[in-house]
Amino acid sequence: MCTLDKSDINKIARLAQISIEETTMASYLDDISNILDLIKAMDSVDTEIIEPLTHPLEIKARLRTDRVSDTEQSKLPQNIAPAADHDLYIVPQIIK
Amino acid sequence: MYKTIKQLSDGLKNKEFSSEELTSDYLNRCESHNANLNCFIHLLPEQALKQAKAADHKIRQRTAGPLTGIPLVHKDILCTKGVKTTCGSKMLDNFIAPYDATVVARLGDAGMVTLGKTNMDEFAMGSSNETSFYGPAKNPWDMERVTGGSSGGSAAAVSAGLAPVATGTDTGGSIRQPSCLCGITGLKPTYGRVSRYGMIAYASSLEQCGPMTRTAEDSAIILNAMAGFDAHDPTSAQKKTDDYTLNLNDSIQGLTIGLPKQYFNSELNAGIAEVIQNAINDLKKLGATVKEVELPNIDMAVPAYYVIASAECSSNLSRYDGVHFGYRCTAPQNLNDLYMRSRSEGFGKEVKRRIIIGTYVLSSGYYDAYYLKAQKLRRLIRDDFSRALATVDVILGPTVSQPAFRLNELVDSPIKMYMSDIYTVPANLAGLPAISIPAGFIDKLPIGMQITGNYFAESKLLNIAHQFQQVTDWHNTLPPKFL
Repeated sequence: MCTLDKSDINKIARLAQISIEETTMASYLDDISNILDLIKAMDSVDTEIIEPLTHPLEIKARLRTDRVSDTEQSKLPQNIAPAADHDLYIVPQIIK
Repeated sequence: MYKTIKQLSDGLKNKEFSSEELTSDYLNRCESHNANLNCFIHLLPEQALKQAKAADHKIRQRTAGPLTGIPLVHKDILCTKGVKTTCGSKMLDNFIAPYDATVVARLGDAGMVTLGKTNMDEFAMGSSNETSFYGPAKNPWDMERVTGGSSGGSAAAVSAGLAPVATGTDTGGSIRQPSCLCGITGLKPTYGRVSRYGMIAYASSLEQCGPMTRTAEDSAIILNAMAGFDAHDPTSAQKKTDDYTLNLNDSIQGLTIGLPKQYFNSELNAGIAEVIQNAINDLKKLGATVKEVELPNIDMAVPAYYVIASAECSSNLSRYDGVHFGYRCTAPQNLNDLYMRSRSEGFGKEVKRRIIIGTYVLSSGYYDAYYLKAQKLRRLIRDDFSRALATVDVILGPTVSQPAFRLNELVDSPIKMYMSDIYTVPANLAGLPAISIPAGFIDKLPIGMQITGNYFAESKLLNIAHQFQQVTDWHNTLPPKFL
């Protein structure tokens, strides 16, 4: 079994900006270890000379010309923000 | 309430009823049954009736198309302008979409009437609709059983006759599996065939939006309106679309169907094996032949899928930060606290589990062993399908490993839940189109079969499905409590 401990889960969760409550930690630890065991089955196949496949049809995502197209769009997202004012998103003070 | 799109469209054209009357009837039905089925997150009666009136005007002006005035429901993963789009999550419980997804806009432009937004597993992560913040949807065939997921609400709505059409999305089986468990037809198109613009992202290289209907013919009609290049979606395929209704009535004489050796082994549920064998016999009577094919790396599909999907999910869901939209925790002490608590409180357990897995497999020291490895296995799986499809027209197999299970049966067993995707995830990894169609019953619960085609072969899949539905009645068999 792939063994992770509580500190591993907490470290990964911190990277993901998530916190796991102490009361549910055992359950997460168990589930994630089981999932990693499932995933470990991948080791049974030799892929040394195989190229990774990131897009099923192997086409590159299209890019568009880098030009400003619609200046009014910036208002729309701010209407639905939890806290916004004067074209700014409001968050707790970062620099004291 | 179980009329096909064509029957409804003819009825509107011949003035047997108006779109407003039709929409009111469907809305009444939705309101009556939703308490039991919980297949809607929200109904949109005012908007629907307004759209219906506009449709009636077009019908009177004789400018209506084949979909004008026909009601549908959208999975609540598709942005609908001015309307809540929750993705089944507390994180987006307050999110009013500022624009329409391309699929929503196209079906709206075709004159369709949106009855409401359907329930789903949270952020499309789940196979039972049980991870939804709004509670599980119930299977119309047995309301103590799951609908399947993640497009569970859409499947239940069509199955129970609450809407003739639903949209769903499919990242690892989320159209096909609930369609199978609820006894309807569900199509996952080729990757890139239908625009993902405005479809809230879970795993961007795997997912597609598709139709969920009672019949293959209805799916073809809807796909005509949905499919096609979209400049807003950088992964949208520029390949020309077909008229997906054109070849429905072609004979399947001479069709070769591949049966993967790895699917039809002693591990296949005996009841499902019998249903599928009967379906194969029906297809043979229509002139198809079968041969065994090999998919040697197919056992790697579930592990590879859960690495890739989790990795992509951890990236896609990083946008939910309590700053720009969606849930924000109360009284954050600092920016870090804002991020941490908004995300921890806003996401449910399964979503957090997949974000953690995804973060781990992408992290320094593990990227090669997990993520890169999974992408290499993806190529092997894709190549297996390419080799097989070079020798047969389509591949046929089960959609699921068991009929609809009981509510709460697998909620504490994530591995068992993940393994229930065993027959569906390969098509997502390879980007191939696949359809699930009703094929029989086990203990009074519907079971479907899955047909996978080559890239952009939706017409062929719909043709085979339609021909099967001309000689069988499984797709017309209705849940007894919703007649």
